[in-house]
Amino acid sequence: MTDQSAYNFAYLDEQTKRMIRRAILKGVAIPGYQVPFASREMPMPYGWGTGGVQVTAACLVPEDRLKVIDQGADDTTNAVSIRRFFQRTAGVAVTEATEEATVIQTRHRIPETPLTEGQILVYQVPIPEPLRFLEPRETETRKMHELEDYGLMHVKLYEDISRHGQIATAYDYPVKVEGRYVMDPSPIPKFDNPKLVGNAAIQLFGAGREQRIYALPPYSEAISLDFEDYPFAASKADHACDLCAAPDSYLDEVITDDQGSRMFVCSDTDFCASRRKAGHVGPMGTPMAGG
Amino acid sequence: MAVSPGECLGLVGASGSGKSTLMRMIWGNYLAASGSIMVGDVDVAKAAPREIIALRRGTLGYVSQFLRVVPRVPTVDVVAEPLLTLGVPVAEARGRAMALLAQLNIPERLWSLSPTTFSGGEQQRVNIARGFVHPYPALLLDEPTASLDAVNREVVLSLIEGAKARGAAIIGIFHDEQARARLCDRLVDVTQFTPKAVQ
Amino acid sequence: MDTSIWAKMKTQPLLSVRDLSKFYGGRIGCADVNFDLFPGEVLGIVGESGSGKSTLLSCLAGHLAPDRGEVIFATTEGPRDTVLMAEAARRRLARTDWAYVHQNPRDGLRMGVSAGGNVGERLMAVGARHYGQIREAAVDWLGRVEIAADRVDDRPNAFSGGMQQRLQIARNLVTGPRLVFMDEPTGGLDVSVQARLLDLLRGLVREMGLSAIIVTHDLAVVRLLADRLMVMKGGYVVEQGLTDQVLDDPQHEYTQLLVSSVLQV
Repeated sequence: MTDQSAYNFAYLDEQTKRMIRRAILKGVAIPGYQVPFASREMPMPYGWGTGGVQVTAACLVPEDRLKVIDQGADDTTNAVSIRRFFQRTAGVAVTEATEEATVIQTRHRIPETPLTEGQILVYQVPIPEPLRFLEPRETETRKMHELEDYGLMHVKLYEDISRHGQIATAYDYPVKVEGRYVMDPSPIPKFDNPKLVGNAAIQLFGAGREQRIYALPPYSEAISLDFEDYPFAASKADHACDLCAAPDSYLDEVITDDQGSRMFVCSDTDFCASRRKAGHVGPMGTPMAGG
Repeated sequence: MAVSPGECLGLVGASGSGKSTLMRMIWGNYLAASGSIMVGDVDVAKAAPREIIALRRGTLGYVSQFLRVVPRVPTVDVVAEPLLTLGVPVAEARGRAMALLAQLNIPERLWSLSPTTFSGGEQQRVNIARGFVHPYPALLLDEPTASLDAVNREVVLSLIEGAKARGAAIIGIFHDEQARARLCDRLVDVTQFTPKAVQ
Repeated sequence: MDTSIWAKMKTQPLLSVRDLSKFYGGRIGCADVNFDLFPGEVLGIVGESGSGKSTLLSCLAGHLAPDRGEVIFATTEGPRDTVLMAEAARRRLARTDWAYVHQNPRDGLRMGVSAGGNVGERLMAVGARHYGQIREAAVDWLGRVEIAADRVDDRPNAFSGGMQQRLQIARNLVTGPRLVFMDEPTGGLDVSVQARLLDLLRGLVREMGLSAIIVTHDLAVVRLLADRLMVMKGGYVVEQGLTDQVLDDPQHEYTQLLVSSVLQV
């Protein structure tokens, strides 16, 4: 991939991008509704973010500054390769700083730093259909969405409580959007569900293999489903970050040796680094220069 | 023919003359080809199925020679069922059923068993209990005392007399001549209704 | 004049079927079916395989679109033709006022969901959002169909065939429907299990004042369950009337054949 001019801007041809943009606009117009689109073969396997990449490609303009995260981290294989892909095929600027980015493609997290108007958050989605695990027939799930026949969603939560004593669904936690469509927010932890709500950024969801795009326009309502006596609760490890001492960010548990020692660190690497630069130090962290 | 409240009419005639057929027509079990059968103000010969069902529920009782029940249902519930369909509370219905079973000398240890395995005489008495558990204003009795011993025969006869006394209109088939003499106010020979071969 | 009001209420049919017909290409599924079903009545539909009884039941329950005719149900807002109803409204009926018991419990249950979840689904579908109350209702209904409360978290595939069928019935009746469609509800069960199920159904019909339409080829089942009987042959209703009258004094030669074909035990 040495000759960049051999590729159209952001890899996809203009007709394809136009088709995807139409799907995105429809998705924005009908919040939470899964819009079918003609997903293209991408130079990466399904499951590596082909849906998100196509949505990002359709959104990018040369002036954009792109950030790509995987489980909150900018430096994992998946994040790095997608970032490089767009650097090469679109030549756009990239960044790791949430507040500097205009387009953020993400897998499994919403950044801790609040997003602002004008930003676009693109989610990679493996299975867009929240009803799928209980109802395998696509014709039937579409009919259920059409008729707002959502009793089955609560059956899933009921099963959780009867089996585990609480709603054990910790990620992929379904929300009802603007009082109409039940939507799968992709496998983000339920800790992030409150950030879906009233977010200033445009949130776009792309599922490549399943050929679906859906969206939350800025400042949308998205209510996490629950029971009156088992209300939704955004949960996280009961800890502060061992590196930056943040008490309220989503944490990854990292095993550090064969003796079972472990540490809890922010899953959002940019958030953690910014705090450490600003002088916050956790019990296992070392002060960082800069800030 | 007609039967008044408090009256007992006996059907007589040789075997095959149509006693049971006539009774089954009154019950609505056999279709009447023509004519009318008035029970109260319902014409059984022309009534819709649901009108006959309502009639059987509250007005017309029938003690047949055969016991037809859902297998495995305890005897006490078989007897209480007519009351339950009328909306009588379960405890009261069972209470009345048990009192009647006791009166008819069905041993208490059998009450919780299904009557399908009972002897002929026991099944007959369960059938009678079913027919008398609710005070139907009209009763059809098909050989109620057949296959009963003297003691139980006496119990059944006094039950029928009790029903007459409270004003029930009764049509019965009794092969037992003593019983017929004791209960029946009038006899009707059905042979007169039997179709004759044209000579 | 209380009695006349009572009589009037009783004469209002719950379901009125007019000229209902369904064709499979040139072949007749069922044709020109007419009947009224009144509150609290149990109607049996009998006939051999291919007589059109299952087609008729599917048309009545809204699973098949008939080619002609009306199926008028007395909804809470008055009589409505369910054939012309919007799908959404028909589905709402199907999970509130109606129930459908399949011959094979696997078709009527969610095999991957616990017994409690199966029973609770209809409640949740109509808006129940209190876990404790849903569970309580589920346990109560398991009791009514004679399934022990400690099985509430077990999945149906851990149940026997008879238990699965009782679970299906509980799942259907939990929302207090007024009309139950049953397709061979005792088919595939051994005789002693059938008896228990029949007794249970009779009790539920009586206690809840249910109306029911039962399709079966088993004449013993309809004799014990149904108030009225419809006999079908080649898609047409050849005879209908009071159950014991049709069985004991059949008028149509096909019914006579059907009744005389039953093995006597």
